[in-house]
Amino acid sequence: MNALRRNVLKGATGAGTVAIAVAAGLLKPTQALADWNAAAFGAKNVGDAMKGLGVAAPADSKDIAIKAPDIAENGAVVPVEVTSNIAGTTRIDLIAEKNGTPLVGSYTLSGGAQGFVSTRIKMGQTSLVRAVVTAGGKTYTAAKEVKVTIGGCGG
Amino acid sequence: MKQHLITKLLAGMAGLGIALSTATATASPEADRQEFTKYYTGKYPNVKVEDFVYGALAFDADSKSQYDAIMEFPPYESVVEQGRKMWETPLKSGKKYSDCLPNGGKQIAGNYPMFDEAKDKVVTLLDAINDCRIANGEEAYKVNDMKTMGTLTAYMRTLSDGMLMNVKVEGPKAMAAYESGKKAFFSRKGQLNFACATCHVQNAGVRLRSELLSPAVGHAVHWPVFRGGDNLVTLQQRYDGCYKQVRAVPPAQGSTAMNNLEYFHSSLSNGLPMKASVFRK
Amino acid sequence: MAEPMRIRATMAGDVADVKVLMNHPMETGQRKDAKTGQLVPAHFIQEVTATLNGATVLSADLGSGISKNPYLGFKVKGAKAGDKIAVNWKDNTGDKSTAEAAIG
Repeated sequence: MNALRRNVLKGATGAGTVAIAVAAGLLKPTQALADWNAAAFGAKNVGDAMKGLGVAAPADSKDIAIKAPDIAENGAVVPVEVTSNIAGTTRIDLIAEKNGTPLVGSYTLSGGAQGFVSTRIKMGQTSLVRAVVTAGGKTYTAAKEVKVTIGGCGG
Repeated sequence: MKQHLITKLLAGMAGLGIALSTATATASPEADRQEFTKYYTGKYPNVKVEDFVYGALAFDADSKSQYDAIMEFPPYESVVEQGRKMWETPLKSGKKYSDCLPNGGKQIAGNYPMFDEAKDKVVTLLDAINDCRIANGEEAYKVNDMKTMGTLTAYMRTLSDGMLMNVKVEGPKAMAAYESGKKAFFSRKGQLNFACATCHVQNAGVRLRSELLSPAVGHAVHWPVFRGGDNLVTLQQRYDGCYKQVRAVPPAQGSTAMNNLEYFHSSLSNGLPMKASVFRK
Repeated sequence: MAEPMRIRATMAGDVADVKVLMNHPMETGQRKDAKTGQLVPAHFIQEVTATLNGATVLSADLGSGISKNPYLGFKVKGAKAGDKIAVNWKDNTGDKSTAEAAIG
């Protein structure tokens, strides 16, 4: 009990309410950090990223459209748009397969949010840009290759 | 039969010590602009003249599509916003930039560069901004400083969006400055021994290494640019880059040589609409 | 502290088209500072949530592979002009930002 009190006091000096709540046993540490999937985002290959996301063997689907360039103008800012026409899409995960940490974003949709996400990503080299869609408890996937070159004199 | 001007100029480039003045004598800068435009449209009949403002993007749908996607909501908007704050901040005298630039600074960028008879030299928009600063108790900005002049003009030039480039070359002194800029454009330079024309005339629309090269017509209307959506580059900063890329020593930005080049180069885009602060790779 | 994010929300039929531009360096932690040669520490937005009239419609986890000054577009069916879109983000240092816009 003393340890708990000490933790609460320690937390009170600046780590914020989350730390205090964790120290007080009100919030499990995993819950406090649950909002950001460090395991999935830190994964260095597609397989581990998928594992971190809890995705196993998603089915290839033609109902996922990925709009992305054939050749990226600049690998620092590659516009990517994913449209899922699969009914009941609840989540879209975006992966740049050859990036150092392939998982780029994970988008959970609710309310009237459509199976659509548009963003700009960094790509270190030519690779598949993959979308994993979760709908009706099942997972689906599609991918598109985006080439990344190093320009001779454009910059 | 009168030899095609561009061919003559390109042939003239091949040798050393060519009396370019003879080779380049033309009726007018407008005739030059038409010559250039005819050359490009002749080579690429499927590219609309108004699309030349997109440079290499006019030749590649995949690139243009990325430009469109980024331009929908440019990532550098906050930098342009900083420029707006700079523009609206009164100078030491209490006056604002809009008080000392023509037309409050709106729809004027296309008039620059211009030949200032009183100063006997070409004056760019950046020079005009600095004149305004000095007249109102401030120090001039370094024209190659992207944090000051670059950022200010990233906003200020948008006030001229839509304006047609309208560079005037009138009188013998202006003409001499124009011809000097044209000579620089067509002169081989640097270890690679390329002229501006080597890439942007001879090889416009063609790939050099992995880069698609843009025509000179349409170049000068769309500055500054944000390379990669992030790296602010003014027109003379790009000239500086081009000189370095052919491994030549660039003239100083804001120098007579650079200003004369900008004078000639901008007049090639007369009649095309300006649009500042755009995305490039 | 970052500059405020910008939200543009318009109706297309019965679907709200929402575009958000966030201001953030999105440092991966892998980049070396050109002057010092030191690695610039990771500094990136990790969580983004969007609500429509207070109800969550989008909850996103982002990694440092998202481009600097993140752009995010999404669509919400059943919204109408005048409805409020609010967007919040939080980064790996605990920094936060919030903005709202009415659908035009």
